Amino acid sequence: MNWEVVIGLEAHVQLSTISKIFSGSPTRFGSAPNTQANAVDMALPGSLPVLNHGAVERAIRFGLAIGANISPRSIFARKNYFYPDLPKNYQISQYEIPVVLGGSLSFLVDAQPTTINLTRAHLEEDAGKSLHDNFPGPHGEASTGIDLNRAGTPLLEIVSEPEMRSAAQAVAYARTLHNLVVWLGICDGNMQEGSFRIDANVSVRPFGQKEFGTRTETKNVNSFRFLERAILFEVQRQIELIEDGGKVVQETRLYDSDRDETRSMRSKEDAHDYRYFPDPDLPPLVINPEWVAQVKASMPELPQQLSERFANTYGLTQVDTLQICNNRETAAYFEAVVAQLAGNQGKLAANWLNGEVLAALNRDNLDMSSCPVKAVQLAALLTRIIDGTLSNKIAREVFAAMWVGESGGEPDAIIETKGLKQINDSGAIDALVDGVLAAHPAIVQEYRAGKQKAFNSLVGQVMKAGQGKANPQQVNDALKRRLDS
Amino acid sequence: MAITASDTARIAKLARLHLSTDAQQQANTELNQIFDLIAELQAVNTKDIEPLAHPLSMIEEVSLRLREDTVTAPGGPIERDALMQNAPGQHEGLFLVPKVLE
Amino acid sequence: MTQILKDFPSIASLRSALDERKISSVELTQTLLKEVAAQNELNAFVDLNPELSLAQAKAADQTIAAGQAQILTGIPIAHKDIFVTKGWHTTAASKILKGYKSPFDAHVVEQLIQAGTVSLGKLNCDEFAMGSGNEHSAFGPAHNPWHPKVVPGGSSGGSAAAVAAGLVMAATGTDTGGSVRQPAALCGVSGIKPTYGTVSRYGMIAYASSLDQAGPIARSAHDLMLMLDAMSSFDPRDATSIQNCRGVANQNGRIKQDFTQHSQRIEKQGAKPFSGLRIGVPEEYFGLGLDDGVAKAVTAAIAQFEALGAQKVSISLPHTRLSIPAYYVIAPAEASSNLARYDAIRYGHRTEQYTDLADMTARSRSEGFGAEVQRRIMLGTYVLSHGYYDAYYLQAQRIRRLIAEDYQAVLGLKCDVILGPVNPTVAPPMGEKNQSPTAEWLADIYTLSLNLAGLPGMSIPCGFAPGFDGQALPVGLQLVGNYFEEGQLLALAHHFQHATDWHSRRPESATGALV
Repeated sequence: MNWEVVIGLEAHVQLSTISKIFSGSPTRFGSAPNTQANAVDMALPGSLPVLNHGAVERAIRFGLAIGANISPRSIFARKNYFYPDLPKNYQISQYEIPVVLGGSLSFLVDAQPTTINLTRAHLEEDAGKSLHDNFPGPHGEASTGIDLNRAGTPLLEIVSEPEMRSAAQAVAYARTLHNLVVWLGICDGNMQEGSFRIDANVSVRPFGQKEFGTRTETKNVNSFRFLERAILFEVQRQIELIEDGGKVVQETRLYDSDRDETRSMRSKEDAHDYRYFPDPDLPPLVINPEWVAQVKASMPELPQQLSERFANTYGLTQVDTLQICNNRETAAYFEAVVAQLAGNQGKLAANWLNGEVLAALNRDNLDMSSCPVKAVQLAALLTRIIDGTLSNKIAREVFAAMWVGESGGEPDAIIETKGLKQINDSGAIDALVDGVLAAHPAIVQEYRAGKQKAFNSLVGQVMKAGQGKANPQQVNDALKRRLDS
Repeated sequence: MAITASDTARIAKLARLHLSTDAQQQANTELNQIFDLIAELQAVNTKDIEPLAHPLSMIEEVSLRLREDTVTAPGGPIERDALMQNAPGQHEGLFLVPKVLE
Repeated sequence: MTQILKDFPSIASLRSALDERKISSVELTQTLLKEVAAQNELNAFVDLNPELSLAQAKAADQTIAAGQAQILTGIPIAHKDIFVTKGWHTTAASKILKGYKSPFDAHVVEQLIQAGTVSLGKLNCDEFAMGSGNEHSAFGPAHNPWHPKVVPGGSSGGSAAAVAAGLVMAATGTDTGGSVRQPAALCGVSGIKPTYGTVSRYGMIAYASSLDQAGPIARSAHDLMLMLDAMSSFDPRDATSIQNCRGVANQNGRIKQDFTQHSQRIEKQGAKPFSGLRIGVPEEYFGLGLDDGVAKAVTAAIAQFEALGAQKVSISLPHTRLSIPAYYVIAPAEASSNLARYDAIRYGHRTEQYTDLADMTARSRSEGFGAEVQRRIMLGTYVLSHGYYDAYYLQAQRIRRLIAEDYQAVLGLKCDVILGPVNPTVAPPMGEKNQSPTAEWLADIYTLSLNLAGLPGMSIPCGFAPGFDGQALPVGLQLVGNYFEEGQLLALAHHFQHATDWHSRRPESATGALV
């Protein structure tokens, strides 16, 4: 059975306002419990919500950045359910008419350009936190502690269409979204502190089937690594379950990183009846065209625009620029590198950034701001490729050494220390070629007999003899000269 | 439309009300009586009539007034004490509830 | 009626006496606190803090001595136990909030403190403002000063009773479906519910957010005006609080100015003060189970308006009947959500024995909430639930618009004010409405529409009719105006009260004769 994976992601993004969405309490992270929760956040009798302008402004910015529609009139609704970290026992959210509708995100997955459409984005309030240590209750019973500092922090819930078909795509989408909200300055992106959380809706269906399979929701994943693991586990679990004759149950699950598995949360059958209705305490949110224009005018150059600019200026393709332009720091890095290179070396810089640099960052779980190789250093390395001192292959060796800080990360020093200079001297290359031809008469025979593959084999031998430092073009030419004479 | 006993039980659960069997039965009877009263609503033709959520929208546009993004309630331990003075269970600044399994 | 407040039939008269040092605020407060204790059977008060009241009185006396008295400085009032107060407990007359101390004051309370009033305490009401007889209170029923065995009305029963009994000069109440107007009518005092949004709901324990509105109860329209003016102002802490009333800033002074303008215009018309005034009388109102005695008193009052120059116009409010089912869908729906916060976690009653969190919450709520509250929560939860939302809640909100449109079709066009009964009967005996859950609800027919539409309305005494035990009990006349026309309503009522003396009748006299 060929299975197709269907994934939709919901991101809960904490907006970077200094006060909460419906109260004047601070949003700072890490304070002593309940010292940042006022009467409104604690839902004391008689308290009322008032909406924060800054939260709306950030939602508008996001909507513009993804090419979505900003609803001129959106409604806040109450989502009613009982939970101890939800002080009113309803969450103020948006239901039928959210502030942002539509939009899309484009990014690369394994060098393939991909565009995922978004369904909507809406404003809502975050809940407090439950601490499950065994505190002593009023009768001495083991109790959970509730901290409402986080309750009322503004969230933008961003919902994608269920268009992703692999964990890799989902992770790439998530990273792109994360980069964007940080780029726009609407979220600090700190996943350890819970500023950016993902819920993954996962289902499987036989290839070709039109209907979606039953989906599960894995909630509150706060790292890209865990997101990938959770999706992979869930897909596997669902497939095995179905193939064993079982049925996937629509439910909420949590990812357990210690065991690398997803677990069903306590089933809340009645949790599906949220009894949404427009919040009578909050009249409709009106966003007029003037406000949207104002926000648009104050926006930084967007990834898409930057991407086009780079493509035009440096003659690059979308494949080249998409990844670079999804992150402000990466884009700045790119520009810094090309600025140091003579002529238009945009393609070379883009290849290296999209290739070696990003791969190394991912591998070491770093972001661009912590990249150990500075733009000026990479530019120096690329200069050595351009001037023929290094082949691409050897350059990668040098890069690896720069990454771990050998010789202070300076390419020339590393080349010197490791003796990696490319051999460009024709005399030296001729000598290598002669040596190989003499040592491998059988392969020479094969070549003369018409086997083209034998030529490649000889090239390989010469490269080996020269420890990879021989200029590959010159090796090719020299071999041809010798063999065809 | 009759409201069944299981409807009543489900509603009580949703509303977090603990009703004894007798009380549930009574609630069920009462709900059905009430529904006879409000059934009148169904008969009214309201095609093309918009719901009136905010009464003053009858005469003017009612839209949400926003507040500036500023901290007006800095909080702190003293304020916390006043705000938490009515808590049935607390410990070192946390509200306490019977253990919640996630 | 207490002697002391018999001596001061109006805020203005008390103001003079205080300013002339004929009496001090402290003396007044002490005397009234004694009277409250003496009339304990009335059960109008549910929380007292004599020290605090006297502290407020002392401060008032100092202000008066310094020659800086405002109109309400030193005037004794009390607050319905729906308004949160720092100094007194706040319970919403419910066991679920037993012992609750609010860390903040309601906007209305703040405003009246700023105006210099002295609060004697918190007043009894129906639990969470749900009821029309003050019989659904965890503190036991409040009684009607006119007869101990009849209800004072509700939900602001304690407020109306305290004013009628002369324990306070004025009281605050809340009106979601008639809960200021109806008890005022049943207790023979005056009450007003202003336009929705003109008085902040910050600190008013929420029952039905789109219907709730605070309003004062007092012994005359002029006193109401002074109270309402002090209570009405834009509050940034309430997102439904209005900033501008048809171009006029919503702040203290607006109502006073509006009242004065209308009042002067009316006065200029001399012997026929109401010349040019068109009073709309809804044809649907006379017949809906309206008691003969009440109909007689209201009709006579309308005739009085005509005698003073007004022109009676018959109008139609065709959707009147539907206000009952519409209200009893919308209000419980909003209430079911507003009352979800009472979960025994951050405040409120917590049950002793429980198995887990959900059990704790459910038991605490069912122990803490009375039967009427639980009934409305169940109903509200049901009409919002999956599959019923459109047919019930949304449908009710559409009918709400039809009701509001009924008024817009006549106000300003066919008539300037609408007059009619407040309640189909005089105050019923206590314990009467316990047969079916909806029996009590049907009497709200005259008042509900105003909350649904958000319009201002007031009730003033207009006569008596025989009730329980053959006793003559008060009848109220309702005046309804268009949005933001509280000033005009008060001016009309004020001049009616010039020409009549129903509002001066005291509870001691069973026949309604002036004592």
